[in-house]
Amino acid sequence: MNRFIGFVRKEFLHIFRDYRTLFILFGIPVAEILIFGYAVSMDIKNAGVAFLDMSHDEITHKLSDKIVSSGFFRKTEDLLNYNDIDRILKKGKTKAVIVFEKDFGKRMIREGKASLIIIADGSEPNTATLITNYTTAIVNDFNMGIAGTQVASAMKIVPEVKMFYNPNLQSHYMFVPGVITLILILICALMTSVTITREKEFGTMEVLLVSPLKPVQIILGKVAPYFLLSFINVLLILALSWFVFHLPVKGSIILLLAESMLYILMSLSLGILISTVSSTMQQAIFISLIGLMLPTILLSGFIFPIENMPEIYDYVSLIVPPRYFIIIIKNIMIKGTGLLYIWKETLVLVAMTAVFIGISVRKFKVRLE
Amino acid sequence: MQKVIETSGICKKFGTTTALDNISFSVNESEVFGFIGPDGAGKTTLMRVITTLLLPDSGEIEVLGKNCRTGYKELRKEIGYMPGRFSLYQDLSVEENLEFYATVFGTTVKENYHLISDIYSHIEPFRKRLAGQLSGGMKQKLALSCALIHKPKLLVLDEPTTGVDAVSRSEFWDMLGKLRKNNITILVSTPYMDEAMRCDRVALIQNGKILAINTPQSIKNDFSSKLFSIKSREKYKLILALRSFSETNTSYPFGENVHVTFKDNILPPSLKGYLTDYGVDDAVISESEAGIEDRFLELMQT
Repeated sequence: MNRFIGFVRKEFLHIFRDYRTLFILFGIPVAEILIFGYAVSMDIKNAGVAFLDMSHDEITHKLSDKIVSSGFFRKTEDLLNYNDIDRILKKGKTKAVIVFEKDFGKRMIREGKASLIIIADGSEPNTATLITNYTTAIVNDFNMGIAGTQVASAMKIVPEVKMFYNPNLQSHYMFVPGVITLILILICALMTSVTITREKEFGTMEVLLVSPLKPVQIILGKVAPYFLLSFINVLLILALSWFVFHLPVKGSIILLLAESMLYILMSLSLGILISTVSSTMQQAIFISLIGLMLPTILLSGFIFPIENMPEIYDYVSLIVPPRYFIIIIKNIMIKGTGLLYIWKETLVLVAMTAVFIGISVRKFKVRLE
Repeated sequence: MQKVIETSGICKKFGTTTALDNISFSVNESEVFGFIGPDGAGKTTLMRVITTLLLPDSGEIEVLGKNCRTGYKELRKEIGYMPGRFSLYQDLSVEENLEFYATVFGTTVKENYHLISDIYSHIEPFRKRLAGQLSGGMKQKLALSCALIHKPKLLVLDEPTTGVDAVSRSEFWDMLGKLRKNNITILVSTPYMDEAMRCDRVALIQNGKILAINTPQSIKNDFSSKLFSIKSREKYKLILALRSFSETNTSYPFGENVHVTFKDNILPPSLKGYLTDYGVDDAVISESEAGIEDRFLELMQT
């Protein structure tokens, strides 16, 4: 046991002596959370819209006021004719133009319907889709208001869409769990694989091997410090998302932390596995970054829904561990569900961890060949 | 006397290269046993086989009475190993390195301090310094201290003096001499022929084969012919002259001199005149005692 503690002590010394390691451990997660949270926002806030009102009546004024006062849009200009639309969109500050047809109000009252055109800047497809969706929602809402006052108009069935769990469809809800998933697997796997291959590269592994240390002691000694530090990382990210994005954890925080520990352990054992197949630090970094980053981003359901992919990707994604953790963490953080709903995913992670550790201990070379 | 290492017919190949070819030797208790040979002779591979880091392709090896295949776990507790490359943690201080190896081997620095005090006292003033910032000689002393801290029965040193200055090298061998009195068997490899004289017994190794095993003195005595040492300011011209001289058997540059043997084992009377004709007129010829290197070169020829 003393041996083990001595080994862990040495690992901590390595980590604290190396500022770069510390920066990777704690700087990158904070930076990524802030970058993903702010910069890669998929929400619209104060998007520029212009109006071309050919009717200028009470209803169009009310509707455009409603659109502007929603907080999502900012009026950039009132246009006078169709020709201006192209000009103002090209300027770039205006993302969409809303056109009310002639006699909009009159038709609305007389015929019960009128048309409105939303012309969005398609060169930014995401924003364009979001703007049209938001505007449509506002117009629908306005419709309802009119329908309520005008008893005479025919009863219409209007679907009322309500977003559960994330009522405002904020993207932080999606990104924070995603970033936790991505960062943990990258850092844990990268750090452990690098620290083990470093011993190989510097020749110190040779001396460690010719010592009474058992492979399990070496592996666990390498993993223990990073386990602790990664756990602190999770707390840091959760605190950050709470204070900066006001993202609550709906479910049990204890369950969330326990699942995070499991995921950290899985990532660490994956790192050990990588270290057993690579002989230099470069190789280890390459495998960890390229081999883990892309699958995690693309195939975990972090950004792109797996349901929309061709079937084959669905099967491939089954072996990508982050896929399971994303489900777990989203369930706990956003939906507030308990273990009852995520036990399958948890079990998969437990099994993966066991397999990775098993292979690593078996593949760990007690000799130089 | 008990044998500490007993090997027979060890062979080891890496791909198509034969690193060790039918190596057999034995090492006695409390002996300083040296492997002498040029770079690439197979010394490091042999050291790694002895320390259980590599398994031989064929042949038997027993170290401290334990088989390298089956008993490696117990064996690793009793071996102190210092690899050829400096392999301590450069980002840990001198003290931290030593303490780490002590705990790994289940002992404390205090317990075995008497073993390393001679060596460690040189670097103790720098105990807070990071190992990476030590000089070559100090690094070597630290590495030796770390290899010794658990009081091993067998100390394996792979080229401990490579890259170390002459004074430190000499000091280092003095230390090894003292260690032997603590019942520690020492196995050491070196490319420097002059260091062979500091060993009890040496094995000359070349191309994965052992050329000879004996005490350094006997190895020198085995030199079969009379050796002459010739000195001149124009050394290169001298060598060319000797090589073209019909009576010359071998001629090798050796420091400032050229070591020469002749076919009839006597100094040919015509030599002096031949050299003068060749343009070497300041040649000083003397009979010389053969060194390990002379014997090594002789063995390589046969």
